[in-house]
Amino acid sequence: MLTRAERRSARELFVNLTMREVRGKYRRTVLGNFWSLLNPLASMAIYTVVFGVLIRINPGPGDPSGLDVFALWLMTGLLAWNFLSAGVSQGMGALVGNAGLLTKVYFPRWVLVASTVSSAAITYAIELGVLAVVLLLFGSFVLPWLPMVLVVAILLGLLGFGLGLTLSVLNVYFRDTQHFVAIGLQVWFYLTPIVYPLALVRDAEERLRTEEGLDLPLEELFMLNPMTHFVAVLRNLLYDNRFPQAVDLLWCAGSAAVAMVVGVLVFRRFSHRVVEEL
Amino acid sequence: MSTAVEVQGVSKRFRVYHERNQSLKAAVMRGRRAKFDDFWALRDVGFDIPEGGTFGLMGENGSGKSTLLKCIARILEPDAGGITVHGSLGALLELGSGFHPELSGRENVYLNGSILGLSRSAIDARFEEIVDFAGIERFIDQPVKNYSSGMYVRLGFSVAINVEPDVLLVDEVLAVGDTAFQRKCLDKFADYRRDGRTVIVVSHAMGTVRTLCDQVAWLEHGHLRDVGPAMELVDTYLDEGNATHEVMVGGGRRDGTGEIRVEDLRITGPGGGPPVAGEPAEVTVWARAHERVVSPVVGVGIETREGFVLWGSNTKEGGVDLGTVEGPFAVTFRCPSLPVHGESFDLLVSATDSTTAHVHDFLREVVRFDVEGPRPAESGGPLVLLGRWDVAHGRESEDPRFRR
Repeated sequence: MLTRAERRSARELFVNLTMREVRGKYRRTVLGNFWSLLNPLASMAIYTVVFGVLIRINPGPGDPSGLDVFALWLMTGLLAWNFLSAGVSQGMGALVGNAGLLTKVYFPRWVLVASTVSSAAITYAIELGVLAVVLLLFGSFVLPWLPMVLVVAILLGLLGFGLGLTLSVLNVYFRDTQHFVAIGLQVWFYLTPIVYPLALVRDAEERLRTEEGLDLPLEELFMLNPMTHFVAVLRNLLYDNRFPQAVDLLWCAGSAAVAMVVGVLVFRRFSHRVVEEL
Repeated sequence: MSTAVEVQGVSKRFRVYHERNQSLKAAVMRGRRAKFDDFWALRDVGFDIPEGGTFGLMGENGSGKSTLLKCIARILEPDAGGITVHGSLGALLELGSGFHPELSGRENVYLNGSILGLSRSAIDARFEEIVDFAGIERFIDQPVKNYSSGMYVRLGFSVAINVEPDVLLVDEVLAVGDTAFQRKCLDKFADYRRDGRTVIVVSHAMGTVRTLCDQVAWLEHGHLRDVGPAMELVDTYLDEGNATHEVMVGGGRRDGTGEIRVEDLRITGPGGGPPVAGEPAEVTVWARAHERVVSPVVGVGIETREGFVLWGSNTKEGGVDLGTVEGPFAVTFRCPSLPVHGESFDLLVSATDSTTAHVHDFLREVVRFDVEGPRPAESGGPLVLLGRWDVAHGRESEDPRFRR
């Protein structure tokens, strides 16, 4: 059991390591922390041109907000994805990347994973803030929904933290993990309705049944992806301005809980010997 | 006296992989990760470390002393047994580990302090002392990647030692830093002792262990050999080391700027065996010049266990010029008849520049040796004069040989 002093020092260490991540990230760059906004802006531009203008994906206006801007619709989902993906991939590297520290000093090991996820959370919070202002300017009245967005963002962070805990240990034992996960994240991104609406999946399922005679439960399969629900909830709140469906919320909470339980169990079980395997 | 650390039946096993492979492919192909053997770095080691004072862990390389230290520091977890630490614990295993090169010295002090378990307010209170001790006031707001390696280490040490835990673990860190800084550190250890804190030192530098520690635990191949007063155990250890002609270069007391490093040092007697009084002996020094050095001077000396220098000489006095050295080189001193006998002499060795004023490397208490007595025996003192006795009776005492 941790003593009070140990808990206190773990908390301070967590804060300091997070600050190290945040401060160290854009050191020696001319634009500094602007990069954390420029990166999502660049991907917004790319996806908007490719999927909004060229492929002409039309998610339809927000209901009841009436908002109809592809770029904003995209960003409500894309920022959430960026948060998860940064949390997972940086959390995964947290143990291997800090080998020098782990072999020399004792401190609770999970702090390393937690601080990378929380530094990603800080980035997400800033991006969300900017996005909220822009949404307001375009006429989406997001203010009453922001507390709920915060709750969902925390659940998303827990999902990323749980996955990060598991993968960080796995990555120590098998360095292949990081390469696998890099591919896995790409696949996961395109299998989540972020750059296209879920309606497109429904259409595809319908088309396959009538034209090819294939009866694939595509939409149901997509519904097994927790990120589908996270994106749906965040779009409901930020873009449509309405209360999300209970089933989506349950999926968010449930997947975060499962990821955390698995992550904590795996980490507890294997993190003792991590130092010897580094 | 109360106990600071209880080590109870600690065993630690490492896996020694035959084919170290961390790829998933290999794991899938073989159905397991890799073949490995168990290697017991520690086997059922148990002793108590008393509170207050300096405690040493000593033993050969691979004896398990560093593993034990890491177990006490909670970096490694024992496979069996347990370790109880009474009070707070701090470890000086590597200085400046956890520094972020792009962050300033100030930010890193706070970061490193919290890694070592200090709260923000505690660091605030000690900040000036930390910076002062490291002697880098002017550079504290520079990123640490611009620091010299000496500054880096000093700052790391300064943070760590100002954590002031009840139990401080130190692993060979005194090998770094210049002499002045080392003295500062030794003073700090003395303060610790006065405050009733416990310092646990791992070292194979016997000179350090003997002068620094009160008590030591002696580990041998992962087993506890003995626990007791430092003086006694160090002497037993050194005497045994001599029996197998083991050389402990890198131990003892070391000084110098390091352009030349002595790597090995040996004294041999007839036929390469142990030295014998009155017989020819050779002292050989193997050294390495890490840069071009012109006409360095290598010296050796013999001192008694009490630190009294019996003899010393160098290549300059011997009229030998080493020329330009770079990379490895060796020097031998041959004496026709070794004029000392007895137990426990220490060799000392130096490498200096051509004026002998600038010291590249200087080592004491690194090789201990015994000299077998001469035949016939001479019993008083360490000197061997190999004289001959003559006797005259009656009128023979008037013989010219005994003329007054």
